[in-house]
Amino acid sequence: MSYTSAAETFDLARAQDVAREEQARAQAFFGTACGNAAALLPILHRLQDMFGYIDQTALPMIAKTLNISLAEVRGTMSFYHDYRTARPGRHVLKLCRAESCQSMGVDHLVDHLAARHGLAPGETSGDGALTLQNVYCLGNCALSPAALFDERPVGALDAARLDSLIAEAQQ
Amino acid sequence: MSATRIYVPCDSAALSVGADEVARALGAEAARRGLAVDLVRNGSRGMMWLEPFVEIETPQGRIGYGPVRAADVGSLLDAGLLQGGAHTLRHGPVEDMDFIKRQQRLTFARIGVTDPLSLDDYRRHGGLAGLERAKAMTPDAIVAEVQASGLRGRGGAGFPAGIKWRTVLEAGGPQKFIVCNADEGDSGTFADRMVMEGDPFMLIEGMAIAGLAVGATRGVLYIRSEYPHAIDTMGKAIAIARKASILGPAFDIEIRVGAGAYICGEETSLLESIEGKRGQVRAKPPLPAHKGLFGCPTIINNVLTLAAAPSIIAQGGKAYAQHGMGRSRGTMPFQLAGNLQRRGLFEAPFGMTLRELVEDIGGGTASGRPLRAVQVGGPLGAYFPESLLDTPLDYEAMAAAGGLLGHGGIVAFDDTVDMAKQAKFAFEFCAIESCGKCTPCRIGSTRGAETIVKIAAGRNVESNIALVKDLCTVMTDGSLCALGGLTPMPVMSALNHFAEDFRRAPARDAAE
Repeated sequence: MSYTSAAETFDLARAQDVAREEQARAQAFFGTACGNAAALLPILHRLQDMFGYIDQTALPMIAKTLNISLAEVRGTMSFYHDYRTARPGRHVLKLCRAESCQSMGVDHLVDHLAARHGLAPGETSGDGALTLQNVYCLGNCALSPAALFDERPVGALDAARLDSLIAEAQQ
Repeated sequence: MSATRIYVPCDSAALSVGADEVARALGAEAARRGLAVDLVRNGSRGMMWLEPFVEIETPQGRIGYGPVRAADVGSLLDAGLLQGGAHTLRHGPVEDMDFIKRQQRLTFARIGVTDPLSLDDYRRHGGLAGLERAKAMTPDAIVAEVQASGLRGRGGAGFPAGIKWRTVLEAGGPQKFIVCNADEGDSGTFADRMVMEGDPFMLIEGMAIAGLAVGATRGVLYIRSEYPHAIDTMGKAIAIARKASILGPAFDIEIRVGAGAYICGEETSLLESIEGKRGQVRAKPPLPAHKGLFGCPTIINNVLTLAAAPSIIAQGGKAYAQHGMGRSRGTMPFQLAGNLQRRGLFEAPFGMTLRELVEDIGGGTASGRPLRAVQVGGPLGAYFPESLLDTPLDYEAMAAAGGLLGHGGIVAFDDTVDMAKQAKFAFEFCAIESCGKCTPCRIGSTRGAETIVKIAAGRNVESNIALVKDLCTVMTDGSLCALGGLTPMPVMSALNHFAEDFRRAPARDAAE
């Protein structure tokens, strides 16, 4: 999935529907044992999939729907690396920086991205085409260095393959 | 003439090097030439350096070709691919390949052989025999069988699975849960991912058996968000299993997707995450077996542990226990990663040496440079120097050598590695991923990274090394969980075995 397709205006009414749906689903599955916040991660995931990020205006609504405090919603959301508070670039490249990819030279690729494309981890390119993000392990360690381009796995990366991914993002 | 069956893997490692393009090219080119082919997307055989690895079914067995690029399809068909014809990419009958022949595949027996989402394939290859047998057994007998197998938790800690199951069986309460930990975050590991993408019904069957064993009606499969293909495949497999009444009101499974926190691979932190909270570690006791998910008795096991259950129940615990050495029974799917020539998944009984795996099976470094360090067991595992490569791979022997087996990941480095940099990374990773609950991990990780920077710059090297060692003792003894408690393992192994890397910079003691 590319965020190009997901990038629509954050819609609080639709977010509310998602929150109610996920809460009903969690309660149906876990039954009487279910805790109040059980649906929180699925809600945050779905909102981010739909809009590319989670707008802060949705958090009081989520707290009210789940009957938990706003502090609990913020606390959970800020704990996890995945959740974004702002819209990313049209594409996201998650580059693995963990040991296996280090052993196959991922640090040289990071240098290449900075030198050739002016792109550093955590940043979005000036044209809004691509956000570069560090991740730690994609489970493709036998084909290091590895990355995820949106949801497409790419392995055995080198500078040339990176360049072509960036060209693809700019299209 | 019937269609020739061609296999092109759908495992995400294969996809990452163009398996989809190969499958498309094969389909299009075969159609253009008027050749009848039946294209099956199988799991991966685990020979990742040969991916995309294409197989053709012939009267002589399955013939393998790899690594195949989309551009090779024309020349392969010209060479008589569909009859298993000669080509530079041909490796002959897959079952005769050295990397396959030398394994003992129990958990991975079907992976790469079958279509992961074909329930018929699964049944034909022995699937569901364990669950069928379990249905006719008492919970006590199921747990006894797992205990007899000697199966230990494959997530890293190696706790006897049977004891965990018995504790949950004997715990009271109206609701119990089975939680599968598929938050496989250790660098160098991908066995869980391959199971979920390559044989998802095996994991479903294992969770269902665990449910029968302890009287749990609900299971949660917690998969990390970095595994989109595994999430997709498991979701489809669960839907198929529901339709076939393998899952239903008596036992059902829900997928939960992680959100990029390594710490959630720690069992109590994972439970917090399912509950919708910050993934902070819980103090133990109470154990999850007594008070786990939402306070209910919970079995929480790794993917490989639960995936071992079907064959243990089908063939009996004793058969499983015949493999392995010492107190490490059964087989372990080792994962060869990083700078090795032949990288992939190699399932073997415990007890092989690290040298056999790295040099013999793995073929030494991919770069062709001398091998310098091997990290075993992920980011919390020790770095082994060449002199310790004869250590056997079992839980006790690895611990005796100052390391851990963990989830079976093996990452090789050539002589360009800077071990001071690796030690610094170990601290930095701990700082990024610390849940923040305990001080040794939260503060110690940052202070450790800062001190290694000073050492690398040549500032008060000996006293700063002493400081790092002291800090490591505090973290080992004082952290709440394995993240803070084991980060010292890569650091200390680097300091002990690669001391020269910490003394490279010209001394600048006055600069402090």
